[in-house]
Amino acid sequence: MKPVVIRLALAAAFAFTAQAASAQTLKTVKDRGTVVCGVSQGLPGFSNPDDKGNWTGLDVDFCRAVAAAIFNDATKVKFTPLSAKDRFTALQSGEIDVLSRNSTWTSSRDTSLGLNFAAVNYYDGQGFMVRKALKVNSALELNGASVCTQTGTTTELNLADFFRTHKMKYEVIAFATADETVKAYDGGRCDVFTTDVSQLYAEKLKLTNANDHVILPEVISKEPLGPVVRHGDDQWFDIVKWTHYAMINAEELGVSQKTLDEALKSTKPDVKRLVGTEGNYGEQLGLTKDWIVRIVKLVGNYGETFDRNVGPGSKLGIARGLNNLWNNGGIQYAPPVR
Amino acid sequence: MTGEREGPAARPRLAVLYNPKLRGIFYQLVLLAILVWLGIEFALNAKTNLQAQKIATGFGFLDNTAGFGVNQSLIAYQESDTYGRVFFVGLLNTLVVSAFGIALATAIGFLVGVARLSNNWLIARLAGVYVEVIRNLPLLFQILFWYLAVLGALPAPRNAISVLDGVFLSNRGIAVPRPLFGEGSGLVLAAFAIGIVVTLMLRFWAQARQEKTGQQFPLGRAAAGLILGLPLLVMIAAGFPIGFELPQLRGFNFVGGVTMIPEFTALLIALSTYTAAFIAEIVRSGIQAVSRGQTEAAYSLGLKPGRTMSMVVIPQAMRVIIPPLTSQYLNLTKNSSLAVGIGYPDLFAVFAGTTLNQTGQAIEILAVTMAVYLVISLITSALMNWYNSRLQLVER
Repeated sequence: MKPVVIRLALAAAFAFTAQAASAQTLKTVKDRGTVVCGVSQGLPGFSNPDDKGNWTGLDVDFCRAVAAAIFNDATKVKFTPLSAKDRFTALQSGEIDVLSRNSTWTSSRDTSLGLNFAAVNYYDGQGFMVRKALKVNSALELNGASVCTQTGTTTELNLADFFRTHKMKYEVIAFATADETVKAYDGGRCDVFTTDVSQLYAEKLKLTNANDHVILPEVISKEPLGPVVRHGDDQWFDIVKWTHYAMINAEELGVSQKTLDEALKSTKPDVKRLVGTEGNYGEQLGLTKDWIVRIVKLVGNYGETFDRNVGPGSKLGIARGLNNLWNNGGIQYAPPVR
Repeated sequence: MTGEREGPAARPRLAVLYNPKLRGIFYQLVLLAILVWLGIEFALNAKTNLQAQKIATGFGFLDNTAGFGVNQSLIAYQESDTYGRVFFVGLLNTLVVSAFGIALATAIGFLVGVARLSNNWLIARLAGVYVEVIRNLPLLFQILFWYLAVLGALPAPRNAISVLDGVFLSNRGIAVPRPLFGEGSGLVLAAFAIGIVVTLMLRFWAQARQEKTGQQFPLGRAAAGLILGLPLLVMIAAGFPIGFELPQLRGFNFVGGVTMIPEFTALLIALSTYTAAFIAEIVRSGIQAVSRGQTEAAYSLGLKPGRTMSMVVIPQAMRVIIPPLTSQYLNLTKNSSLAVGIGYPDLFAVFAGTTLNQTGQAIEILAVTMAVYLVISLITSALMNWYNSRLQLVER
C-alpha cells in the first residue's frame, strides 16, 4: 500500500514542481503550426473581423507579419479576441504567444506583469468625444459630466488624473468591453466617451449618427501602443521586436510589395542586408535569411499596413502624424539590420 | 473488537495493526497529509513560477494608489485612495444590492406565491404567467433588458421626467431629494426611535394579554400613531428642522439630492424579479405542503381566510419554505456579480476586474474575491439555518 502512495506522491511532485517558464515559444509555435495572437474584440483599423470572419487591421497585420517571417504564410495565425480586462492574463497564462491589441506601454505593465513590450507600432494619445449638441469646444468645459470608459485601461486612469488636475467633477461609468461602452454612450448614458484618439475615430463609425459627434482637440496622455510578449523568452522577444523594426526599415529603404522584385536585385548594401541577399541576419534570429522578404511580400512594410488599415486608404483616414518615419516628421525609428 | 481479542499476549500488537478503526484513522491522516502537501506544493509552485516570470506577488498592492474613479460608493472614496479601499467600496456595493434584492425578492415572491393559489382566476393566472415568463429567461438578458431597453430609454437629463418637482427620472438615474438635518432634528429622530421601542413593548404586552384574557388590542393604529404621529408632532413643535435638498439640473447632470444610478436600479429590479419567480414557487409548494385539514380546522374554529393563512398555514409552511429559500438568497448574492455586464461597480467589477487588470495580480485577487463570496454565502446560510431551527416544531 505505502510504496504505491509514495510513488504516486513522487510522480505528483515532479508534475507540479516549477516548470521552466516556457522559454521555447518559437519551437512551440513551429510545432503547432500557427501563431496564437491576442487581438481586440473588434476595433476597426486595428483588429476587426470582416463579414467573412477574416481579421483585418494594423495589429492583425503585425501578427500576420510574425507568421509570415516564421512560416512564409501570413494566414498561419489564430486570432484570439480579448477584452481589455483579460488580455494580460491570457498572455501570462500562455494562452496566446503574442498580444497585439492596442495596449499601452507603461512602466508598471512592463515590470510587474511578467511581460515585455516589444515595440511601439502606433503612437497614440487619449481624447474625448462628445455630442455636437452639447456645444462643448474643449475638454476643460466638461465639469460635472458623465464619462463612459472601458475598465482595466490606462484610459480610466488618465481620465481620473485629468479631472483631478483641473479640479473638475465627473461621474465615470466603466464597462468591461468596448462595445458595451460605445452602446452606453450612444444611448445617452453619458455625455463623454473617452479612449485613445485612434479608437475614437474607429468607434465613431459605429455610432447611430456619426456626424452628430465631435472629437475634442485635447489629447491628454501619451499612449504608445505595441505588441507584448511574456518575460523569459528572449529569442521570441527578439523575433517580435525585429518584425516591427523590419517593417519600419523596409519602408525607410523604400522596399514595398511593389518594389520587392527590384529590391531583390538591388546592389545597395543596406537593401541587400534587408532582403537577405547579403549576410545571415534572419538566421541569427532563428529564422531564415529571407524573413523580411516574406514579411514585405505577404503583409507589406509599415507604411503600407498603416495606410491600408488606419491611414488615408482606410475608412478611418487618420493622418500619419507621430507615426511617420523619423526622417519624415514622425518618431517611428528602427535600429538598422546589420 | 474485544470479542476477537482472545489470543496469547503477542496478539495485541497485531491487533493494533489490524484494528480497522485505527487503520481508518491512519489512512485518513495519510490522505489529509497528501492533500495539505499538494496544496503547499501548488502554492510554492505558483510562487516560483510567478517569481521566475517577474510577476509581482503578495498583498502589498492593497496599499497602492488606485487612481481610478468609481461612480457609486457608500464610503468616501476618491481616486487617490488605495486598492484596499476600492475593495471595500466594491464589497459594500455588492452587499447593498444583495440586501435590497433579497428584501424585494422575498416580498414579491411571497405575494406572487400566495396569489398563485388565489381563488380569483385572473390573479392566479397572472401570477402563473409571471413565474413562467421570468424564470425561463436568462438573468443576464433580463439585466440588459432593464438597463438598455427600460432605463436607457428614459429621456436625457435636460428633458427629465419630473415627479412633484422633487424626483427626476432620466437616463442618468433617479434623482431624489436628500434630507438635510438641521438644528433640533435629533429630537425628531429620537421621537422616531422612541416610537419604535414603545410599539415593540406594546406588542409584547398585547400578546401576553391576549394569551391570558383573549382580549385583542388595536396594535396597527397604535403603531401608526407612535411611529409616524409622534415624530410628526415633535417636528411641528421644533419648527420643521428637517429640510430637503432638491436635485437641480446644472450643466450636464443633476446636482444635489441623491441619485440612484441606472446600473444599480436595473440590477436590483432584474435580480429581485428573477429570484422572486423562484421564491414564488417555493412559497406555493410550501403552502400546498400544509395539509388541507389545517385550513378546515381553522375555518371551523371561525377564523377568517386571511387570519387562517397568516396564523395557521404560513407558520407551518415556513418550515418547508426556509431551506430552499436560503439557496435562492445565496443565488441572488452570487448572481449580483453579473453587474459586470452593465458597469455597476460591485466587488467583481472593481476588484476582480479593474484592480486585477491594473495590478495584474490575478491569483491574490481572485482568491480574496472567492473568499469574500464564500464568507457572504456562509453567513447568509448560517443566519437562515438559525432562523429555520427556531421555526421547527418544539416538542413539548
